[in-house]
Amino acid sequence: MKTMDYTILENRCIARQVFRLVLAADTADFEPGGEFVNLALDGFFLRRPLSVCDSAPGRLTLLYKVAGEGTEALRGMTPGMRLNLLTGLGKAFDASRCERRALLVGGGLGAAPLYPLCRELAAAGKEMTVVLGFGSAEDIVLENEFRALCPDTRIVTMDGSAGTAGLVTDALKELSPAFDFYYTCGPAVMMRAVCAQLGTNGQASLEERMGCGAGYCWCCTCKTTGGPRRTCTDGPVFDADKIVW
Amino acid sequence: MVKDLSIQLFGLTLRNPVIAASGTFGFGTGFDFDVNAIGGIALKGTTAEARPGNPCPRVADCTAGMLNSVGLENPGIEVLVREKVPALREIYSGVVIANIGGFSAEEYAFCCTRADESEGIDIIELNISCPNVHAGGAVLGSDAVATAGVVRAARKTVRRKPLVVKLSPNVTDIAAIGRICEKEGADGLTVANTFLGMRIDLKTGKPVLANTFGGFSGPAIFPLALRAVWQVSHACGIPVIGCGGVSSGKDVMEMMMAGASAVQVGAASIRNPRACITIINELACMKK
Repeated sequence: MKTMDYTILENRCIARQVFRLVLAADTADFEPGGEFVNLALDGFFLRRPLSVCDSAPGRLTLLYKVAGEGTEALRGMTPGMRLNLLTGLGKAFDASRCERRALLVGGGLGAAPLYPLCRELAAAGKEMTVVLGFGSAEDIVLENEFRALCPDTRIVTMDGSAGTAGLVTDALKELSPAFDFYYTCGPAVMMRAVCAQLGTNGQASLEERMGCGAGYCWCCTCKTTGGPRRTCTDGPVFDADKIVW
Repeated sequence: MVKDLSIQLFGLTLRNPVIAASGTFGFGTGFDFDVNAIGGIALKGTTAEARPGNPCPRVADCTAGMLNSVGLENPGIEVLVREKVPALREIYSGVVIANIGGFSAEEYAFCCTRADESEGIDIIELNISCPNVHAGGAVLGSDAVATAGVVRAARKTVRRKPLVVKLSPNVTDIAAIGRICEKEGADGLTVANTFLGMRIDLKTGKPVLANTFGGFSGPAIFPLALRAVWQVSHACGIPVIGCGGVSSGKDVMEMMMAGASAVQVGAASIRNPRACITIINELACMKK
């Protein structure tokens, strides 16, 4: 956990209601690590947790979907404006759990935290299949970025306007891709179905309404086989066989 | 020169009057700054046995504040005294306050006994005001007879340490409850806990919190808490620790002018983990 002020470099619409926020840290070489950041907005008491899509020294890329008053306000912010972030939060996906061949399954903006994982797996020379599900063609994000790292990237849309029509679980059934470990992030209902279908050898990144985001308010507890755990600090990435859906 | 902000409370010296409020600062560990600057740390509310708390969502954003319905999730008193307090003591030399929750006078008494024996704990804060549990908590704290019973039972077991009772603001006459606590032997009063509130999701028409209601805290409640501090401190002869919506050094001063001997900072830490530090620095610049 570290608080850091960032300056907005870019805040641009890249898909339906989805924005890419590129930020420069006040400290040029600062790289937070972790899975997500918790972002303070003027006029809103609680911070907004956003998963990290990409990071480099002094630079951070986040994707967000305009879903409520907070993200609506964030949409209106322009380059040069400043944001205070609580950074380096949460446990990220563990790339080392995959021995040879990984399967990445994303739903909507769940693709964002899978992207740094994909890059890590690619750098480690692991083979991969990426399956990304969206509602419609206009919701698609990061397709080219994933494809550049993983040629076997499949797009699935619920309305069939791009890629395979249906749900990611339909596509997984049809493809039955080889993998020794899978990683998933997306809506809970999707992840639950994916985990049920793919078994215990995987990790899922959970989402919950958060307070502090850093493990000291106990507002975002989730159920695991080991008892209640803080989504923000003990997760948000949990082993699939430990999650009680 | 560093200004002396120290205060005396129940014979203990606090470096400054700022205390991190229970439930908003975990068990005081894991922060990226030195917590020793903070006068006191009130630990997360603890019950006899571990509790999983309420279902999620249990937090909601509000104008100038937040709702929570955590529901006393905690690892139980044994883990508190054996693991959490020693871990905090490795990094913190200030005043440590154990916040004790419960569902019966017996449970409070049991936890108080364990806390009273623990070397690392300086003050015991009896939480008779948690709004997020359906029995015990605020149900006890809003009933004069039940309050008297719990404080009496706790007082019998707390022999070595100051016993403070954290009052619920969700009562008709908070000063009357304060006087009962004083009569039963409390050494001090924390005024107050969160205000019962709720939010409804416009899209679904359903409550945002899975528990329907939650405790409202944050800057919005500051004037309400200030009023309660004034009422209780004018009605009782024991020290009052102010708590509710404090977010600046000015708020601390105002609460002390209302009669508080020390001041807790709660929701402000949820937005900004360094809130206590910022407030102490502001206080250092203000204090004459």
